[in-house]
Amino acid sequence: MAGTLFSFAALLERPDIWRGDNLSRAGTSTVPSGFPELDAELPGGGWPAGTLTEVLPAHEGIGELRLLGPALAALSNRGLRLAWIAPPHLPYAPALAAAGIDIAMLVVVRTASPIEALWAAEQALVSNACGAVLAWPQGAKYAELRRLQIAAEGGRAPAFLFRSPQVAGESSPAALRIALGTAAGGLAVHVLKRRGAPLARSLLLPAIPPALRSKNHHVDRHPAASAAARDFLTRLVHA
Amino acid sequence: MAVSAALALAPRLRVAPRDPAAETEALLGVSGWAAQFTPGVALEFPDGVLLEVSGSLKLFGGLEALLERLRRGLAEMGWSATLAGAPTPRAAFWLALAGKQEFIDSVAGLEAALAALPAGVLRCGDGTLEALEAIGVRTLGELRALPREGVARRLGQGLLDKIDRALGLLSDPRNFFIPPARFRAAIELPAEVTQAEALLFAARRLIVQLCGFLAARSGGVQRFVLRLRHRDRAATEVAIGLVAPSRDAERFTQLLRERLDNVTLAEPVREITLQADDVVPLAGRNLGLLLEEGKAAGDWEHLVERLRARLGTDAVCGLVLRAEHRPERVVCVSEPDSKQLHLDFGERPFWLLERPKRIAEIGAVPHHEGPLELLAGPERIESGWWDGGDVARDYFVARMQNAALVWIYRERRGEGGWYLHGVFA
Repeated sequence: MAGTLFSFAALLERPDIWRGDNLSRAGTSTVPSGFPELDAELPGGGWPAGTLTEVLPAHEGIGELRLLGPALAALSNRGLRLAWIAPPHLPYAPALAAAGIDIAMLVVVRTASPIEALWAAEQALVSNACGAVLAWPQGAKYAELRRLQIAAEGGRAPAFLFRSPQVAGESSPAALRIALGTAAGGLAVHVLKRRGAPLARSLLLPAIPPALRSKNHHVDRHPAASAAARDFLTRLVHA
Repeated sequence: MAVSAALALAPRLRVAPRDPAAETEALLGVSGWAAQFTPGVALEFPDGVLLEVSGSLKLFGGLEALLERLRRGLAEMGWSATLAGAPTPRAAFWLALAGKQEFIDSVAGLEAALAALPAGVLRCGDGTLEALEAIGVRTLGELRALPREGVARRLGQGLLDKIDRALGLLSDPRNFFIPPARFRAAIELPAEVTQAEALLFAARRLIVQLCGFLAARSGGVQRFVLRLRHRDRAATEVAIGLVAPSRDAERFTQLLRERLDNVTLAEPVREITLQADDVVPLAGRNLGLLLEEGKAAGDWEHLVERLRARLGTDAVCGLVLRAEHRPERVVCVSEPDSKQLHLDFGERPFWLLERPKRIAEIGAVPHHEGPLELLAGPERIESGWWDGGDVARDYFVARMQNAALVWIYRERRGEGGWYLHGVFA
């Protein structure tokens, strides 16, 4: 009897088994998100490596990149590559540099079709050559996400998939799913799925508004375009 | 034997005209490839390549290992060859000509081995050969048994000198082959090919030849071009670029496979040509103490190459900052891993729209999916009169009704108006 109990306790020590009422402290490595209140709710204390993380922003521009900024900055400053696959717009390097991301580590992959984006994401994950993979797959099916999840497994890279909020109700192989919304002027982070007990409340992160610096104008005018200069020239000619 | 006589004996015989130019090109190609095993490569036109390998045996792990590599490489390039070895180049060539795959390692054994070879290996004129046959001489041994003075008088001293060179009694200096600076090799396909994937098999032969050529020069290439020739149309070019120079045949083949998957042929292909112009020295790489080290970097280059092979070179890029105030010109697309400037630009959005989007102004308030609330600004950017791309704008940070932050500007030229230029995300 005692032996049975002992082996049961030993079983619970295994890193890939967690109790339903606890957070998984799985042996998978994580990358701190840079937001302590978020890290406290993420299994392992950060963005999980070697598995998919789905980010479902309520709409574009809500703060989905600011949420990842500190983690991406930390990874890039460790000399790890950040692969951006099929982003909706051009990632704007000045803002990324301002967020502390080493843009030399950035690689943008532009694709012509959704299937190419999935293929590129799979290649980036399988190669295990990236510090993080960010992908914007369009209309991916479960089987395709499952392929990505398998490609990500065993890797060292956190893999972020940015998807539309409509898919929140669909099942997904991702280990972590996060919906983003706004509340009280901040960024509301709702953890839809994580390894461990579900999180009922949503977290409110401070909306990190741009520091309202606006005093540095950049004005380069053609000397001849200045009205005063023109008048001066006219007078010179008539004189 | 006349063709008609041969066909009478064997009606199913396939007759093909000899193409001396193609033979020479093939011989040069094999020589360039073989130069990876020894710097001493000499040509024996029209069908022999001589390798001086005594200095290479240790490096390649002995004669057997070297022969194995030679055989495998020649087979991969699609050639069948007779390999023979001897202490003198001429003896080795004659053994191969006679079809004997023999390797004689001492001068002492040379005489016996050569004595059994047919007189035909001398490659003297038909008249001389007939004269030898007429006096009953069929092998080199029988020729050597004749009195030297008589042979010299009746058949010429040259014949005796040839044999003496083969035996090492006379010196036999050779001019070594100097590989060309660029690589170019072609294969005429036995049948016209309509499927791009099917070309890979033939291209693989050329890749093996290219890699041997590169190994001989201790170099690598960063770019090579496979040219597919059609009957009527201009050739299709398939260019492969690599992140770093390499001479890895497997990697070249894999990249070519990805590219050929996406190539649609407008017309069947008759001939393929592989060309590499810029051979750069390939530094040997020191392995780390722990073999894991440096693995990621290598993988990284492979990843970029694989993505580019399939999606196109322009599809994979890095970003570089430039000292420039106009927002759309600050970033330029570059090779991954480019050197970076460190510049401070003030508050900028994470996403920049490829083209500014005109947004409405209703009652002096800019609208984008509802009225926008201006949070910060204006930041005036006026620049670029010197290159024709001048802008004069007042930028604002604005909040949308759904709380997203956007970067908008008011045009200060022409008819003015508001534009959406970025999203803060």
